[in-house]
Formats: sequence, structure tokens, C-alpha cells
Amino acid sequence: MTITLPPQTSSSPPGLQPQGWLRYLSFSLDHKVIGLQYMVAGFFFYLVGGALAGMIRAELVSPISDFLSREVYNEVLTLHGTVMIFLWIVPVVNGAFGNYLIPFYVGARDMAFPRLNAVAFWLIPPAGFLLIASYFIAGAAQSGWTAYPPLSLTTPAAGQVVWILSVLLLGGSSIFGGINFIATILKMRRPGLKMMQLPMYCWAMLGTSILVVLSTPVLAGTLVLLSFDIIAHTGFFNPALGGNAVVYQHLFWFYSHPAVYIMVLPAFGLVSEILPVHARKPLFGYTTMVYSILGIVFLGLIVWAHHMFTSATPPWMRLFFTIATAFIAVPTGIKFFNWLATLWGGKIALNSAMLFSCAFIVHFVFGGITGVALAQVPFDIHVHDTYFVVGHFHYVVYGGTVFVIFGSIYHWFPKFTGRMLNEDLGRFHFLITFIGFNLCFAPQHWLGLNGMPRRVAEYDPQFTLVNQISSVGALLMALSTLPFLINVFWSAFSGRVAGDNPWNALTPEWLTTSPPPVENWAGEAPLVTHPYGYGVPPGRIDLGAATGREIWSSGQ
Amino acid sequence: MPIPSAVLSLVVGMALVLSGLWIGQNVELLPVAASLNAPIYDQLFKVLFSIGSILFIGIFGLLVFSLIRFRRREGESGDGVAVEGNLQLEIFWTAIPAVVVLFVGIYSYDIYDRMGGMVPLSDPHAMHGSMITSQETDGSGNAVIQASVLGTPPEPSARIWGGIGSAQASAGAPLPVEVTALQFAFLFHYPQGDITSGELHVQKGQPVELRMEARDVIHAFWVPEFRLKQDVIPGQPTLLTFTPTRAGSYPIICAELCGPYHGGMRSTVVVHEPDEFATWFEKNNTATVATAPSASSTG
Ligand code: HEM
Ligand SMILES: [Cu+2]
Ligand SMILES: [Cu+2]
Repeated sequence: MTITLPPQTSSSPPGLQPQGWLRYLSFSLDHKVIGLQYMVAGFFFYLVGGALAGMIRAELVSPISDFLSREVYNEVLTLHGTVMIFLWIVPVVNGAFGNYLIPFYVGARDMAFPRLNAVAFWLIPPAGFLLIASYFIAGAAQSGWTAYPPLSLTTPAAGQVVWILSVLLLGGSSIFGGINFIATILKMRRPGLKMMQLPMYCWAMLGTSILVVLSTPVLAGTLVLLSFDIIAHTGFFNPALGGNAVVYQHLFWFYSHPAVYIMVLPAFGLVSEILPVHARKPLFGYTTMVYSILGIVFLGLIVWAHHMFTSATPPWMRLFFTIATAFIAVPTGIKFFNWLATLWGGKIALNSAMLFSCAFIVHFVFGGITGVALAQVPFDIHVHDTYFVVGHFHYVVYGGTVFVIFGSIYHWFPKFTGRMLNEDLGRFHFLITFIGFNLCFAPQHWLGLNGMPRRVAEYDPQFTLVNQISSVGALLMALSTLPFLINVFWSAFSGRVAGDNPWNALTPEWLTTSPPPVENWAGEAPLVTHPYGYGVPPGRIDLGAATGREIWSSGQ
Repeated sequence: MPIPSAVLSLVVGMALVLSGLWIGQNVELLPVAASLNAPIYDQLFKVLFSIGSILFIGIFGLLVFSLIRFRRREGESGDGVAVEGNLQLEIFWTAIPAVVVLFVGIYSYDIYDRMGGMVPLSDPHAMHGSMITSQETDGSGNAVIQASVLGTPPEPSARIWGGIGSAQASAGAPLPVEVTALQFAFLFHYPQGDITSGELHVQKGQPVELRMEARDVIHAFWVPEFRLKQDVIPGQPTLLTFTPTRAGSYPIICAELCGPYHGGMRSTVVVHEPDEFATWFEKNNTATVATAPSASSTG
């Protein structure tokens, strides 16, 4: 296939960029290469985090602390949480899909700041290896991914300082990424493309990036102060030196509650792209979907203290944060009803991408319902810091986000590689993941209600059976990555050739070759003003580019 | 004749609500209720569980129904209907969550109030009031001991914020206990009688006021059967008041990660029948006989 490239822009001098697979090991400036770099690196860390989760679940097969020493258990727990959040979910739902898709969606040839983009990615591997290396060299941090002082001031300092350094690097990466997304979405749009014509994932990434840019610096500042307390024995958070340990919690959760939306909003965006294609229907209620994202961003910023209902907060504060938190259910509910309405009356293909997306709906509704319950102070007082929270939280981050990541990989793999993933293996992967996930995390709600606190290596014997069920679920989840990995490696080389637009989709990334050329389009970028125009008679919508029209009519 | 869909959805909706209510009322997920506020908590739990079940089953059912009913059949191509929105529907499903959330919020506020959570514990007057009550009941012999119950005299600036307040104190004078949490144990000190114990002994029906402080890192005091939890924070005393209602021994669990032996940091609260409690108290009492606990005199 020969592709005639348009004149190169100065941002990517042709001769300096390696070609072929070597691109992926280079400081490439192509947003698609960077996106896939994020994806592969993220998946590597997912395997690391999953192995750590396996160690946790292996320890919890028996009520006594036998498999890991108590110190190592806390190290493994801290690493698991940190790796999963900062090295897997955030980089993949933001960095990988954001980088790959956003320039297509705004009709640009690259991100606004390609060099900053590459820097943002290349901060991640060193930060990740630093974090993991701390386990082997100095002993990893032991105070959980929240690192509450004074505990984080009294556990071995070396691991904790490395942890802070690593999270600061990752935070920096995420801020660079956020700035880039905001600039790209607002400033790089193809002339003629209005904000309210953008695919939903752009809005989700805009909202996410606003959260990133507003809240991550707060985390960075907090961790710098914490490192002063550890290294220089200042007393910001150390009560023994006149500091206040609860202030740390306020600052920490000011970032880390929005962090949940930094993981979940992009997932919402991705699902909004997948459902219309495989249901062959327009995304229902585009405008309310946009406003609900903005509502979630706003509410997400003002609810952090619901993590602190038991840490001596005054009553008025508990009341305010209860109400604000519970109200997030309103914009979130709108999205769920809109997705259901998108499916209603469609012609639904129950392929792997769709199965994972629908499972996401189920899990997230479940996690959302337990979340609204947790927002109620009296309810939270009983279950705070117990396995109920671990269950709730994994329903959101795993049942929500990880399922969406898998669904998205099934959906966009043909675009990434030009080949299809195998559907049978995909459905098999889905089935095991779905069963394993629910077996692992549903019973944990019961554990929490009945008296099992979280972050413990040992527990009361009456919880043994339920913990073993949970561990079997985790084992199934671990096994379920095998069919996925086999599928990806096999299909990348010998999968069925996909063609440019195997799903007959209307969003702009499908209106170019698979995989797309450097600078995305051989000719002019198509003007897609109606990314969800399924079922709309020709002539009623203006797809702009000639390619768009052809694709559209072949979908009939 | 096909059943009209309005009737059908009404029937389905009613079945949904009824099954949700049934699940909420009949599926037992909580341990025994052993304090005055535990049954209040359980009421809230039942309501949340019912609403949650209705919503979850409803959405799950709708999803599965759509996937089956609107699946793409063999050899079928082409698109679904091009519906892009419907303002009335959008308003409808914005209103539903809003109403549910508002109801749940108001109801849980009421529950929280009944549990004593809205008493502003940082208010020096509230503190002062409770001190006077206990002084009156304890009699003159306890004046010196009172001072040690409350530690430093309650200055207006003293920030003593707690989990659940003293609304239940009306049931009788609360038994003051000082709790010290340290890696990896809870210590209980009874200023009346100067008893120090590794277990918490309390009397059925008598309110207990825990005044908690941590030595080293943050811990959390949790008794699942009481449905109560409060962080114990170094440098910032916290208060927790409860009234046990069921004799027996229950675990006290540290719920906040506090170091390697966090999982082993636990103790027991023994809820005695009144006469049993007096016996225990007498046996351990190291102070003079004159400082009989208010417990045995009022209980
Ligand atoms: C691969 C399947 C997973 C399994 C089997 C698993 C298992 C667990 C378990 C058992 C705990 C609780 C440990 C405890 O509190 O004692 C835990 C904690 C945690 N997990 Fe996972 N997890 C998985 C995936 C994830 C993912 C995808 C995330 C993404 C954010 C995640 C984030 C966390 C966090 C933040 C914690 C809390 C760590 C802490 O308390 O410091 N996990 N996980
Ligand atoms: Cu503790
Ligand atoms: Cu602890």
C-alpha cells in the first residue's frame, strides 16, 4: 500500500524518526506510537500489579499470617495499590486511549505539544521501575497507597521516600498529559468542527484533564511536605512536632477522590464510543451526556471528605459531604440511563467489545449503589476501612475501568494493528474474567459488614471460607489474562485482516487506513460533524469528507 | 389479545419494587445488634438495601432484556432506529435519582441525628454540660477524679471531635473510660476506680463515654456489633458515646492501618449484666471504697 503523505510539519522531522517496530522503543513524537507505548507499558505494570494481588490473595487463603511476613504483606499491599492506580489505569485510560484517539477526534495530525507528550510518557517507565526496585533494594513503602502520617513517618524511610519520588514523577507525567489534552481539544480542532460535534470521549478527556490539572498539583505539594517531614524532620503532619495528621488526609483526598473520576470518566467516554457502533444507534442524549460530565467534574472536586467521616470531622462537614457525594449519583445516573436508551431498539452485536462494555454497566451500577450507601455517614461509620470498601472500590476500578479497557482493546485493536482479534478467544476471556471478578469481589462486601477490616494479613477464622472463595475468584482472573495474551500475540501477526473500518463506524479514526499513517490521513482530515449518525438517512447528515460518505452508505 | 405495554410495565415495576423490599427485609447481612444505635443503623441499612436492590435488579433486567430483544440476528445488517434523545425521558431519569438521593440523604440525616451524631462535640458548652451531669451523679467524692476524666479542663479551643455524640446520655450518667491506642493494643483506663485494663468492660444499658487518644500513629476503634467506629488520632482527642444493650463479648478491632501487626491489634468489649459489672469493678478497683462507680449506684 502506498500512502502519499502531506507535507511534514516541523514537529516530526522525518529522517530522525525510526520506522517499523523500532518506533515503539524510541522517543517518538507520533501520538499513535506514544499511545501504544502507554498501552504496552501499562499492561506490563498491570501484570506486575496482578502478581502482587495474587500474593495478597494467597496470603488471605488462611486466617493466619503465613505466606508473607507482616511487613512484606504491607509492602505488597502498598505496591499493588500504587501500581494499579498510577501505573496501569491512569496511564492507560488517559495516556493510551487519549493519545491514540483524541487527535483523530478533533481532526488533528498530532497532539498540541508532541514533545511534551513524549516526555510525559517517558517519565512512566523510570518511575515504575524505581517503585518496584524499592522492594528489592530498600524495602518498599509499608503504609498503604494513602501513606497517612504519622504511620508513613515511622515506617522505614527509604521505601517511603522512593514511593514519594515515584508518585511525584507519575503525577508530573499526568499533569503534562492533562495540559496537552486540554490544549489539543480546545485549540487543535479542524476548522468547522464545533465542540458539540465532538465524540463523547473528547468531552470525557476534557473533564478528566481539568480534574488532573486542578488536583494533581495538590497531591504533589502534599507529598513534598510529607517528604520534608520524613527527611528533614519538619512537623507539617507530625503531631509529635505540633503538626496535624488530619490535614494530610484533607490534602491527600483532595486529589485522590477526583482520581477515581480520572480513572472512570475516560472509561465512560470509551463506553460511549463503543456502544453506538455495536448497537448501530446514535448515542442517546448527547447534550445531557456532556453536561453530566461537567457535573461530575464539579461535584467530584467537592466531595473528598467522605473518606474522612471517622477521622474526627465536625458534624456540619459530614452533612455537607454526604449530600454532595450522594448527588454525584444524579449525573452518573443520567449517563447510565442514556446508555441503556442507546441499546434500546438497536441491532446489537454481542461481540467481545460489547460484552465487556455491558458488564461494565452492571458492575458500575453495583459499585455506584454501594457508593451512594457509603456516602451516608451512619452507614460509612460501620464499614469504613473494611472489606466492604475494598469490594465497592474494586467494583468501580476493576469492574468499571478494567472491563472497559478490555472492551476498548477488542474494539480498537483492528485500528491499532490492521488485524482482528479472535472472537471466540475473546468471549472465553470475557467469561472467565466476569465469573472470576464477581467471585472475587462480591463476597468481600459481606466480609466488611461482618467485621473484617481491610489491610490485614490475618483475620478471624469465621471469615476463612469466604476469603477462600474470593481467592479462587482472583485465581480465575489471573488465568483469564492467558487467553487474552495469546489472542493479542497471535492475532497481531496472523489474525484476520481487518480492513480500514471493520465495524462500519462513523468516528473519524475509522476513516483512514488501519493502521493509520504518520500524520493520520493521507489527504485532508475528514470533517465529521455527526460521529453517531447511525440509522440517519443519507443526505440528512453531512459527513464532509468523501471517505466518510462511502463508509456511511456501506453501513446501510 | 396482547397485554397493553403500559399495564405490563406497571406489573413489572410493582414486582420489582416488591422483590426489592422483600430482599431488603429478609436478607440478613449484619452481625447481631448490641448497642442502642445498632438497631437504628440496621433500619437505615434495610432501606438502603431495598432501594439498591430495586435499582440494581431494574437496570440489570433492562440491560439483559435489551441485549436479548434487540440482538443482531443472523445475516442482519443495517442500523437501528435513529433516536438521538428525548427531553421528557431525560427529565424523568434526572428526577428519579435526584428524588431517591434526596430521600436517602434526609433519611440518613435523621438516622444520624437519632444516633447522636449531630451533637457538636467541639462545642465547649456541650462538654461542660456533660461534665456537670456526671459530677452531680458521682457525688462530692469524685471531684478530683472528674478532673482526670476530662484531662485538661475544657478550654473553648479544645477540639474534641467525635464519632457519635452524647445524645444518648439521657439514659443515665455515662461511664467515662479513657482509651489509649498504641502499636498494637488498646488500653482502657477507668478514672472512677483507677482501673487499667486491656479489655473494655461495660454494663448493659449504661451509656459509656470513651475519650480516646493515640500514642503513636492513627488507629481506629471499631466494634461491628455496635456499628460504631472512630479513628483514634495522635494529638487530637476524640469522643465516642454508646450504650450497650446486649450482654456478651464482642471484638474491638483496629480498622486503620497502623503498622505490621495491624491485623493483630484487637481487643474485646465485655458487656456485663449490671450485678456482674459491679463485681468486676469491685475486684479491680484500686482506688478507695468511697469511689464506687456511678454504674453500680444507678444501675
Ligand atoms: C487483578 C485483580 C485484583 C485483585 C485480585 C485485587 C485484590 C486486592 C485486595 C485483596 C486488596 C485488599 C488488601 C487489603 O486491604 O488488605 C486490594 C487493595 C487495593 N487494590 Fe486491588 N486487586 C485487583 C485489581 C486492582 C485494580 C485493577 C486496581 C486499580 C486501581 C486495584 C487497586 C487497589 C487499591 C488502591 C487497593 C488498596 C491498597 C491499600 O489499601 O493501600 N486493585 N486489591
Ligand atoms: Cu491500630
Ligand atoms: Cu491498626
